[in-house]
Amino acid sequence: MRRSGWMWSCATVVAIAGLLAGCGGSSNSSSSASGASSNTASTSSASGSGAATGSPVVIGSSLSLSGDFSADGQAFERGYQLWASDINKAGGLLGHPVKLDIVSDASSPAQVVTNYQKLISSDHAKLVFGPVSTLLTVPASKVVNRYGYAFVEGAGGAPAAFGNGLHNIFDVSLPVIDNLVPFAKWVASLPASERPKTAAYATSDDPFTQPQIPLAQQIMQAAGIKTVYNKVFPAEVTDYAPIASAVASSKAEAVVLGSVDVPTVSAFVHAFIQQHYNPKVFIATAGPDQGGDFVKAVGGAANAEGIMYPNGWYPGYANAASQKLVSEYVAKYGGSPSDVNADVAEGYSVGQAVAQAVAATHSLDNAKIISYLHSGQTLNSVQGPVKFDAKGENGAAAAFVFQWQKGQQVQVLPTGASGSKPPVYPKPNWGS
Amino acid sequence: MNSTALAKAVVDGILTGGVYALMAAGLTLIFGVMDIINIAQGALIVLGAYMSYVLSVHLGIDLFLGLFITIPAFFVLGVGIEWAFMRRLRDQDRAAMSILVTYAVAIIIEGLLSVIFGVNFVQLHASYTDSTFHILGFYLPYIYVFGFLLALVLLGAMYYLLYHTHFGRGVRGSLQNRTAAELIGVNVNRVRALSVGIGVAVTAAGGMVFGATNAFNPSSGYDLISRLLSIVILAGLGSIGGALIAALFMVTLEDVVAVLWSPVWATLVYYASLIVVLSFRPNGLFGKAAVRAQ
Repeated sequence: MRRSGWMWSCATVVAIAGLLAGCGGSSNSSSSASGASSNTASTSSASGSGAATGSPVVIGSSLSLSGDFSADGQAFERGYQLWASDINKAGGLLGHPVKLDIVSDASSPAQVVTNYQKLISSDHAKLVFGPVSTLLTVPASKVVNRYGYAFVEGAGGAPAAFGNGLHNIFDVSLPVIDNLVPFAKWVASLPASERPKTAAYATSDDPFTQPQIPLAQQIMQAAGIKTVYNKVFPAEVTDYAPIASAVASSKAEAVVLGSVDVPTVSAFVHAFIQQHYNPKVFIATAGPDQGGDFVKAVGGAANAEGIMYPNGWYPGYANAASQKLVSEYVAKYGGSPSDVNADVAEGYSVGQAVAQAVAATHSLDNAKIISYLHSGQTLNSVQGPVKFDAKGENGAAAAFVFQWQKGQQVQVLPTGASGSKPPVYPKPNWGS
Repeated sequence: MNSTALAKAVVDGILTGGVYALMAAGLTLIFGVMDIINIAQGALIVLGAYMSYVLSVHLGIDLFLGLFITIPAFFVLGVGIEWAFMRRLRDQDRAAMSILVTYAVAIIIEGLLSVIFGVNFVQLHASYTDSTFHILGFYLPYIYVFGFLLALVLLGAMYYLLYHTHFGRGVRGSLQNRTAAELIGVNVNRVRALSVGIGVAVTAAGGMVFGATNAFNPSSGYDLISRLLSIVILAGLGSIGGALIAALFMVTLEDVVAVLWSPVWATLVYYASLIVVLSFRPNGLFGKAAVRAQ
């Protein structure tokens, strides 16, 4: 009796846990909405006219709906869903409605491999979309390659993702190694009297962040900016205080932070405030791009003021398809345009690139899609043009730097680029 | 590296170590009383942070005053968890099976929090979370000082409860020999339920301080659990005072190495020190046998 009670208890607990993990962490969504056609170039090009009527095309993806990358994963899921909804309104893929099969990898490199095996071999997904983070993209791309599937993704742009000689991987977003170049060049171009004299570089040992730092450091050092702090910290660190305090102690006038998420940047911001340290310029590779959530975490717009981040997209991007995406997002999920983070656009762009390849090849055959994506065609996306080079990186993507100004994300670099506004420099003091 | 930065690292380590001790105290108490390794401790800390978030943001209650609500609520939650999940584990499999069951509890908590709050990061804010005072050439954040003092008070209260009260004798008696304790009239199930309640209640305070010093989301607990377990193992499973000393030692060592050498090596040194200590003292600094003999 006691044994059966115990077994019942365990079974119940595990069942409830699984159910809740499902609620918070995975979904199957069929976006087969009918209705008025949406005529963005990249959605209508894959479809026939009118609503999709054929048998559904299953597109599988593993996303981090829980775990360390859950904020990015859930934003990506929304990007995929918005694209699926739009493509279905526009007639689907070759007349077939798109059905997304999204499973959660809990931010685990082991689980992501299992998920793609399942999606392809058990769920019989016709196409697959990528996960978030280079950490997951690298192992996932290898297993997807074994099945000969095209692997289009939007958040695995580090060199590590393209160093395995795979022919099937394509990243629609900006190659991350160039992310900080506009920033470094701008700092180097400042008049000597205004230019920071010293710089601190702190980065997580993540394949997304680490490759970005040396190039920026090289440019800034060449401009005479002395490096006074240069350390790598583990991705799994839970206490940033000593690292942030060491940066503050260095009194560097410029801080370049290789961060992957909001908590890292938030911890540095709070530590800097506590140490009464305000660099003249502060850029973080990720975290500030998370819209309103970043602002809340750092304690309000006044603390976010002047903080920069590199990216290929922001909610104010002057592109008709992008503006439509932002409107659709706000209409469906609420909030304001500044709450739409770049992951949504990256996910949406994945769908757009695949849809254009399907339309151009008139086929759902992955070999043909891979061949087309390598053909040098320029595709459209909400992030701007997409043109894959031999490795699968988007050579047409432009690197921009954005800055928080009065609670809004503003494109500031390159200074001469369309849409760029003057950067706030030096960064205002915290809270002012 | 100047001496001020080194001194700052030591002070940071001590203050942060106190907070970690507070977060680990529930873990070690629950293991000490029930031989249950509570993998859900990280999730409970995050739950505590979210409860403080709700009270602070939606009801305008100060973070520390809110503990008068969250600590009793967590006590009830702990008693409920013990009754629903832990009591049913068989004695001979208890430690091993508890990992599975409490991991499921962690997933339940994470799932509920994800459904209710979403997965975006939030952080607790109050006037004192970013305020500092100047001493010995550097700034000390009030939140860390308050958190450290809170840890001392609550850990002291737990220690007093365990070693200087009738209830504490019942706890330790049921630890040493359940059958003998029952024979002399100790209601072991009640003692265990109350112990888990206390362990979880303290976690509410740890969660509040964690949330005031870190941005968090429902998944943040997983980053904590390995660190908390290492503190508890170094201390000796079941030792409250040991958890404080171990946390201070480990976190201070890590912070100093991070400043003097490299943050990457800090993590390595952190876990290497655990291995070194366990090589000489397999039961930890204040191993279980010693604790129960106090």
